[in-house]
Amino acid sequence: MWKRFFDWLDERLGFNGMYKALLDRPEPRGNWWNTLGSASLVLFLLQGITGIFLTMYYTPSPDHAYDSITYIMNDVAFGWLVRGVHHWGATLMVLVVFIHMLRVFVSASFKYPRELTWIIGVGLLLATLGMGFTGYLLPWNQRSYWATVVGTQIAGTAPLVGEFILRALRGGTDLSALTLQRFFAIHIWVLPAVMTALIGAHLYLIIRHGESHWPKQND
Amino acid sequence: MKATVYFVGGLVSAAIGLPSIVYLLDPALRSEAGEAWVPIGKLTDMPEIGKPYPFSFTRVRINGWERTASTHGGFVIRRSEDPNDLLLLNSRCTHLACTVNWKEEEGIFACPCHDAGFDKEGRVTHGPPPRPLDRYENFRITEDGVLEILYKEG
Repeated sequence: MWKRFFDWLDERLGFNGMYKALLDRPEPRGNWWNTLGSASLVLFLLQGITGIFLTMYYTPSPDHAYDSITYIMNDVAFGWLVRGVHHWGATLMVLVVFIHMLRVFVSASFKYPRELTWIIGVGLLLATLGMGFTGYLLPWNQRSYWATVVGTQIAGTAPLVGEFILRALRGGTDLSALTLQRFFAIHIWVLPAVMTALIGAHLYLIIRHGESHWPKQND
Repeated sequence: MKATVYFVGGLVSAAIGLPSIVYLLDPALRSEAGEAWVPIGKLTDMPEIGKPYPFSFTRVRINGWERTASTHGGFVIRRSEDPNDLLLLNSRCTHLACTVNWKEEEGIFACPCHDAGFDKEGRVTHGPPPRPLDRYENFRITEDGVLEILYKEG
């Protein structure tokens, strides 16, 4: 029964072929450092899911942002768990993505023909840091407020365009409701969309080129 | 091996999935039972027999991180000189909860949303409502002559 059902689906979708191409690929000798990319992907998905769950209660307004998070932490069933996973998952993701970058650098995996995979990966690392920066403001407590004051001020020290960047980040000269709103929009719409596209390209290139071997003596 | 993978996978899915569902449905799973006597006016201000006197009151509840004020209303109709012979109708239409208004010239409570009408006793005269207007059954008159109704939450 199930077999017939799956055969019917497979005949139309061809997921057996997809499975072979995507997951059943030949790999170089197993190495735990080579699993960090998959770990990054899992963390991205985890952050996406817990993030969607958090928006069920979170309000990006100076009046209610802090209260809504207090509500999530103290009143909603398992709210502490969902937010805890999102909070610690964010820290872990920055760490894992960064170590992934170090591994690719040390094993020289960024060389021909994988230069574009590396460049896209750099974009993903920067987007991950952007997620951390924008997400940090959302609880709207003293720490996140002043961290964003300092963070945007640092961006403002860039020569010539600094003043403009500061105003663009804050949505004006001051840190305000506009800042919170645009950080929220960037955090849940812009960066996730950008990262999804980049991850798609990154994975396509990995499947196209296969994973790199650790360099041998002659390489 | 395969069975173990399915078992552990199912266990993990349940451990993550069930709390997730409870998390999403949390506000719907709370019960807000409670009742209070709400003063709605002095009986001496409603002298005429057979005339619907409108009243309204506001209840405040905490929903999530905000206080939500909801307005309720109705009509007091004296049926006779006896101060306890009162009819208290709820102005919430029994069709889809719009507020009905008293139309003096037609002598009906009219609901503007779907052209419904109720007579002075709250019976449906026309339109889609499935049952007569609700009544506040529990009321009392205090020593100062203030009419109070028992408001039940939820």
